[in-house]
Amino acid sequence: MARTVLTWWIPLLILQSFLLAIAFGSNEVEEEFSESLLLKPLPDRKVLAHFHFENRAPPSNSHGRHHHLFPKAISQLVQKFRVKEMELSFTQGPWNHEHWGGSDTLSSMNAKPVGVELWAVFDVPRSEVDTSWKNLTHALSGLFCASINFLESSTSYAAPTWGFGRSSDKLRYGSLPREAVCTENLTPWLKLLPCRDKDGISALMNRPSVYRGFYHSQRLHLSMIDSGMLLEQSLTVVLQPDTVYDGKDLQPSWSLSSLFGRKVVGKCVLAKSSNVYLQMEGLAHPEAHTLLKNEEFELSIKPDRTLRETSSVLFIFDIDKSSDSEPFDLSLTWKLPSKWSCQQAPLHASRFLMGSGNERGAIAILLKATESQDKLSGKDITNGGRCRIKANVFQIFPWYVKVYYHTLQIFVDQQQNTSSEVLKKINVSPSADKMSSGMMEMMLELPCEVKSVAISIEYDKGFLHIDEYPPDANQGFDIPSALISFPDHHASLDFKEELSTLPLLSKFKDKSLVRSYTEVLLVPLTTPDFSMPYNVITITCTVFALYFGSLLNALRRRIGEEERFLKSKGKKTGGLKQLLSRFTAKIRGRPVESPSSEPTAAAQSSVLSSKLLFKIILVAGVAAAWQYFSTDK
Amino acid sequence: MTKDDGEMVEEQKKKPCRFWIWALSSVLFRLILISYAGNLNLSSRPEVSTPLTSIRRLAEGYWLKQASMSPYAGSMYHGSPLLLSLLGPLTVQRIKGQPSHLFCSLVFVIADILSAILLRGIGKKLQMAYGLNARLLGRLKSPRDKAGILPCGDIAALVYLWNPFTIVCSVGLSTSPIENLAVILALNGAVTRRVPLAAFGLVMATHLSLYPAILTIPVIFLLGYGLDAPPLKLFLQTRNVESGNRSSTSSASKQAKSKPTAQLPFLWKTVVHFVFWALVWSLCVMVLCRLSLSKHGGLEEMFKRTYGFILSIEDLSPNIGVFWYFFAEVFDFFRNFFLIVFHVNILFMLLPLAIRLKHRPCFLAFIYLAISSLLKSYPSVGDSALYLSLWALFVNELADMKFSFFLFCGYLGVSLLSPVMHNLWIWRGTGNANFYFGNAIGYACFQIVFVVESVSAMLNHDRALKKCNPNHQKVKN
Repeated sequence: MARTVLTWWIPLLILQSFLLAIAFGSNEVEEEFSESLLLKPLPDRKVLAHFHFENRAPPSNSHGRHHHLFPKAISQLVQKFRVKEMELSFTQGPWNHEHWGGSDTLSSMNAKPVGVELWAVFDVPRSEVDTSWKNLTHALSGLFCASINFLESSTSYAAPTWGFGRSSDKLRYGSLPREAVCTENLTPWLKLLPCRDKDGISALMNRPSVYRGFYHSQRLHLSMIDSGMLLEQSLTVVLQPDTVYDGKDLQPSWSLSSLFGRKVVGKCVLAKSSNVYLQMEGLAHPEAHTLLKNEEFELSIKPDRTLRETSSVLFIFDIDKSSDSEPFDLSLTWKLPSKWSCQQAPLHASRFLMGSGNERGAIAILLKATESQDKLSGKDITNGGRCRIKANVFQIFPWYVKVYYHTLQIFVDQQQNTSSEVLKKINVSPSADKMSSGMMEMMLELPCEVKSVAISIEYDKGFLHIDEYPPDANQGFDIPSALISFPDHHASLDFKEELSTLPLLSKFKDKSLVRSYTEVLLVPLTTPDFSMPYNVITITCTVFALYFGSLLNALRRRIGEEERFLKSKGKKTGGLKQLLSRFTAKIRGRPVESPSSEPTAAAQSSVLSSKLLFKIILVAGVAAAWQYFSTDK
Repeated sequence: MTKDDGEMVEEQKKKPCRFWIWALSSVLFRLILISYAGNLNLSSRPEVSTPLTSIRRLAEGYWLKQASMSPYAGSMYHGSPLLLSLLGPLTVQRIKGQPSHLFCSLVFVIADILSAILLRGIGKKLQMAYGLNARLLGRLKSPRDKAGILPCGDIAALVYLWNPFTIVCSVGLSTSPIENLAVILALNGAVTRRVPLAAFGLVMATHLSLYPAILTIPVIFLLGYGLDAPPLKLFLQTRNVESGNRSSTSSASKQAKSKPTAQLPFLWKTVVHFVFWALVWSLCVMVLCRLSLSKHGGLEEMFKRTYGFILSIEDLSPNIGVFWYFFAEVFDFFRNFFLIVFHVNILFMLLPLAIRLKHRPCFLAFIYLAISSLLKSYPSVGDSALYLSLWALFVNELADMKFSFFLFCGYLGVSLLSPVMHNLWIWRGTGNANFYFGNAIGYACFQIVFVVESVSAMLNHDRALKKCNPNHQKVKN
């Protein structure tokens, strides 16, 4: 008996162990989550905090439809719409390129245009890209409680060819500059994190302190890589530490608790790595700062590692050790006044409107030389001895801004330039009224010693149908930011030590395109009178009725006949009347009265009454017939 | 007789001199204005340039074409591809120190002069016909009475040249002078019985702005029945009483004399000839358009972007018409209905007018043009300039038109108020759209009164002829 049981159990055990082996085998490409926070004092007495969460999932078929850490909503998006790469950002406040940096990795990746920006590359046949895009916008709109669905209409998105920095014919780009970004967008974003904002670094995201900042940008980047899906979520905020100005030119000292009002009590248990980085730029003696305390500033916690880069020092803190009793509260106290400047993009871009009135105007993009350019012109002598800066300009125009591309003018150092010298390449897709938005991509090649470049283009303002105006029509309409990218310049942190296992650092090591977004422009458009539709319809129709009636009357009129008719009316009575009067006269046995003489009152009355009677009968008959036929059906 | 002729020749010699002086001075005036065109900024005025006639849009279309895109890409250009090939290269030509688009404005000035000369030709023919008919009817006893007949050709040409609307259009770089030239060419060809010319003008005018298509009716009447003349009945009555022995050139009177029928003979041969030529020319135009658009879209695209754009009133930017505001305000549900109603409004009037005025085809053409400029989707003052100068062709007949002073004041007032209202609304923001729309409504009303009064004045004139006819009473008896 026992023997038979054993023989029965052995194959089962083998099967079980086999199954276990399969399960452990698949764990080799497990889902991974890591969190990190980068803090960076900015030259204008502010602090930048950059939260970065990375979520990797193996190719979906190995786990079926289930995920441990990776958000299911996102993986479903990928499956359903065949998204190859996608980025969605919600931003409030403009990025200050002058003080917060223009060409470092952080700014070129996280400085986003105000409002919502979405771009996606699809892995579908070219004819289905637009449908996928429309579906994706609706899905994201529901997912993030935002009006991303407005990007669905063909008037609000474009298909950049090369100006966006990514050349793919399955790329779609759209932005909503007017979108207000608030906690209702942050909450669903946090829901995608395995620990939400309950634990780990994300616990720092105290809503009032996050939204009090000067700049706030939450970003979601999804990409399909060889080893599955990679979801990067980052939140960049620029905060002002609360300090009293003490008269000395000291930078403000801060701590995590003073910035966010919270402390980190421990890492998210699901996270593979959980680090806090402090990046210090422009230090006087970078060599001396490996110490915890030095003459320039003081840190409350000893960094676990220190990395040196060409222009900055990176302190790395591991928050594994922190606990409830000993929370991680990094603080920085300045001891000596310190001044430094950020790495800037070769050219600083800004954009403005010209002209007044609501009929026409011009958009100008101004590229101004920055300090970094002096260095460029000094060292970078390639390209046959002449140093050149390449700049791509990518701009979307809504259809109601009717751009005249032939009025494009480029001024280099305030001298009007014939286009071909500077303008190497231009791609334009003009906007069709109420059908599609316009797009302009330009590749400029400028000499390095250039001081300023101005690009101006004229436009006419469109007139919209009454229903196409938003509720606050008189506020104006927003033109999305222009994107200026420098294809020859790449931002990357170049660490002296070889250390790239940490997710954020490996990201920073990658070369990324230097790009900067310009301001959003507000274009006021004329409005019709919104209360007038009925008046306009009735007045216009009256005018046309007047035209039709009076012209037809003028054509029909025969004055001669009218005169004759009037005369004859005075002379004789109608034929029927005459006949009737004769008839009545015969009946009464009286001689027939001459038609010219006045008929007797009695005859007249009888004639009138008979006519009246006839009319009444006719009307009644018509009414009865009408009634009969209408009720019949 | 010879003495009279001599006097007339002298008079005619004197008059052309004065005419040419005025014509040249108008050209000079234009050239002066062109040199200040930059400051006047006329080319962006909504009264002058509509989406169909704006030179900026044409330049944009040319730029797109040069950038190997369809000129109709986007919603900028809606004109003819032929016009693009003609004017496009001129929009890029610049001379330093001179206003931009100088060559284009010169082209428009030349178009204006040509139109004026052609108008003068039409007027001379009409004047001759008028004099002849008057003599036939016995209203003028001797050729000396001809002094009473106004030289309507000269008047019309000068009205065209000196009309502020025309000047503003040609200086303001709207393409309407060329459209007007095509229309006048068609009429001139029909009046002078040059059938290919008439067909060419009509086909070109239709190609450029669609609405002149309705001129087919008057042109066929002109070719079939001959020039404007009083109703046939009058001639028949006159001839019954006294068999006339006057020589005639006007075909209508000639035919009326030669055949004692009540029906005016219709010259089918000429009309068939005309139809043939119209087909030939439209084929040519199609082929040329097809060649110039072969790389992008072809003819279908062209029809969609030109005629489709005219018929569907997509552009709601303000102009002196009323449709832009109407379609900006009307509920989307009714849009198609009103589109049909407004377009059919033109067609509805064609038949009644053709029946009533078939003895006066030139006048019919004038009325058709006035109606189409009133009910156009994108009207500009260039259209008014055309029909106002055609109106001047009938100064003899319309001498006792009612409300002429009132209408003059109306046109003047509207053209002065329109820029003011536009400025208040668009530039200052102190007024609203109703200001400008009210002005447009006023303009429409004045045009309506003008059309109706012209028609009734012409009909009254015919009536008056009947009454004044010394034979009228005799015939009756």
